[in-house]
Amino acid sequence: MSFFADALVDEAIFILRETAAQFERPAILFSGGKDSIVVTHLAVKAFAPAKPPFPLLHIDTGHNFPETLVFRDALVKSLGLNLVARYVQDSINAGRVKEETGKYASRNVLQTVTLLDAIDELKLDACIGGARRDEEKARAKERIFSVRDEFGQWDAQRQRPEVFDILNGRIAHGQNVRVFPISNWTELDVWRFIRANNLALPSLYFSHQRPVFNRDGLVWPDSAFINKTPDEQVYTAQVRFRTVGDMTCTAAVPSAAATLDTVIGEIERAEISERGARIDDKRSESAMETRKKEGYF
Amino acid sequence: MDVLRIATAGSVDDGKSTLIGRLLFETQSVTQDKLEAIDAASRRRGLDFRDLSLLTDGLIAEREQGITIDVAHVFFHTARRKYIIADTPGHFEYTRNMVTGASKAEVSIILVDARNGLLEQTHRHYYIAAMLRIPVVIVCVNKMDLVGYSQARFDEIVAQFQRATENIRPEGQRIHFVPMSSLLGENVVGGSENMPWYDGPSVLDLMEACDAQYDAVLPARLQVQTVIRPRTTELHDYRAVAGRIASGRFAVGDEVVVLPGGQLSRIAAMTRAGEPVDSALAGASVAAQLADDIDIPRGAMLAKPAEAPSPKKEMRARICWFDQRPMNPNGVYFLQHGSHRVKAKTLGIHLVVDVVTLAETPNPPHLLLNEIGEASFKLAAPVMADAYADNPANGSFILIDEWTNNTVGVGLVMA
Repeated sequence: MSFFADALVDEAIFILRETAAQFERPAILFSGGKDSIVVTHLAVKAFAPAKPPFPLLHIDTGHNFPETLVFRDALVKSLGLNLVARYVQDSINAGRVKEETGKYASRNVLQTVTLLDAIDELKLDACIGGARRDEEKARAKERIFSVRDEFGQWDAQRQRPEVFDILNGRIAHGQNVRVFPISNWTELDVWRFIRANNLALPSLYFSHQRPVFNRDGLVWPDSAFINKTPDEQVYTAQVRFRTVGDMTCTAAVPSAAATLDTVIGEIERAEISERGARIDDKRSESAMETRKKEGYF
Repeated sequence: MDVLRIATAGSVDDGKSTLIGRLLFETQSVTQDKLEAIDAASRRRGLDFRDLSLLTDGLIAEREQGITIDVAHVFFHTARRKYIIADTPGHFEYTRNMVTGASKAEVSIILVDARNGLLEQTHRHYYIAAMLRIPVVIVCVNKMDLVGYSQARFDEIVAQFQRATENIRPEGQRIHFVPMSSLLGENVVGGSENMPWYDGPSVLDLMEACDAQYDAVLPARLQVQTVIRPRTTELHDYRAVAGRIASGRFAVGDEVVVLPGGQLSRIAAMTRAGEPVDSALAGASVAAQLADDIDIPRGAMLAKPAEAPSPKKEMRARICWFDQRPMNPNGVYFLQHGSHRVKAKTLGIHLVVDVVTLAETPNPPHLLLNEIGEASFKLAAPVMADAYADNPANGSFILIDEWTNNTVGVGLVMA
């Protein structure tokens, strides 16, 4: 079970082309994580030899791993894409959101406001994301074209039925759509696609030495953005990341996997699910669904 | 490796979520942290066993009501292929979700509680599987442990099912029956010591044995989604029509007709995912450069001249209605066939079907949420659809309310 299902690429390209045709101002929500990197490469394939008709929109929490930003800028340059960045710090300065305090302070929730403001400012009618249905229970019920109201809210009970592969992108003024071209991919599908296409990834995804500390049974990356308690001792460990969000909400996993093949081997045997290392999901049993209703990615 | 899409349907409490949970568990698709999470949730509920149904029952409202509500998607791999299960709800208010989930499926799994036999819901589920011409149906007679693993009871349910469905079964559809217990894992992945009288395949065996369906014998159809024009100096004259092959096969060098205009041309070059290819089959997303400079809008269709569909300005279709507001027999809707959206005026609703008794009532005043009937439409522009029975991949459409923009119905073209 080593090769990749082309049918998933055909489906994603179909969705990206529908998005380009049905909307006036779509953008790819780019986080620097592997899923949004894969979506970006799929967009390149979908419209080749023309450039993808979407800019990349990065909602920058200011708490990024430095590796992510370096990677982002190199990718944008090599593919000749447009990047638009909007900053959570600006939302804080403008008084739109209030910085969290305490041990678990994170800007992960705050970025929703920055995103909704950016959608409004840039008049985006479609935001293409790399979310997948296998990541989390609330996402298993997400549509390919998911309509959001003016407040960015997701109403799980009143979603449009999606029949066959026909996508209805008609929306009223003020509404917008979240588009999920890799909905039907699993974590393993993403990695196999990366390997089949020899795609570059931020170095965070591969084993490296890093100062970390333990909290709640997870390995956290040490950074100036995290408020540690005195008993949380920093030590150096050999780790990698399975998902890359900002530094306050992404836990590392101990790993010696330094190549694509060894990473894929590790995932095939994995004991912890991918979002198991996401601190933001651990806040409550229905944390993801609650955030999605409020307009989260 | 290919992908097989499966739709599951059942009634409330017939063990469908447990079956899916069991398939995930037995194929080692559940990670340790998820198992620990459902163990903890099972204990909170006062259960003394691991409730595998908790793997798929997700939303807050479900936890309140204890039932599955919407279409949920579940994924797992075996060494053979990738599976996508669309888990569709069991209670009747949500028939539209069942149609939605089943619309993409190659296999339909229908659960029957061995104690209850066929319920209204079973008839509804099979009606939809027949209407959508799903190639393979697996009827899981579940909870055999609660009827003493009785072969007589199983045979009785099989006979009942055969009798009830013989008049609507589409030609070529294969139906399998499996006596099983999803709770105890009998005949789901392995066999069952308690049912020595059954030596047929398990549910997973049947899934693994399904051949991926390729439409190579069906007529070639490619609907244009968008036209790719780089407009750069190096690629000044490059122009390619981009779309997904709905059915059949296209190859470089093929003569094609562009509908509805009827212009003839030839495929000069073709790419798939940006790479040049000589030919491609149904399902492939391609970009084709034509030998001639023809103006081709979104929604146009490429076909082979000898087997081209006739553009339709009127059509009759079977409709399943999805909206709270009933279908109006004189209503105007947007009709979207693939990526081609046109205005459609309803010319009348000819009949409504009771999917349980199969009785037809002519000329109903409207079609209500979850009802299935037949209607005719006049179209503002020609639509290049085939009859669903001849070519399902090019024979369906959705109806969109022009004021709310909601998807209010689905149609299967009859003529």
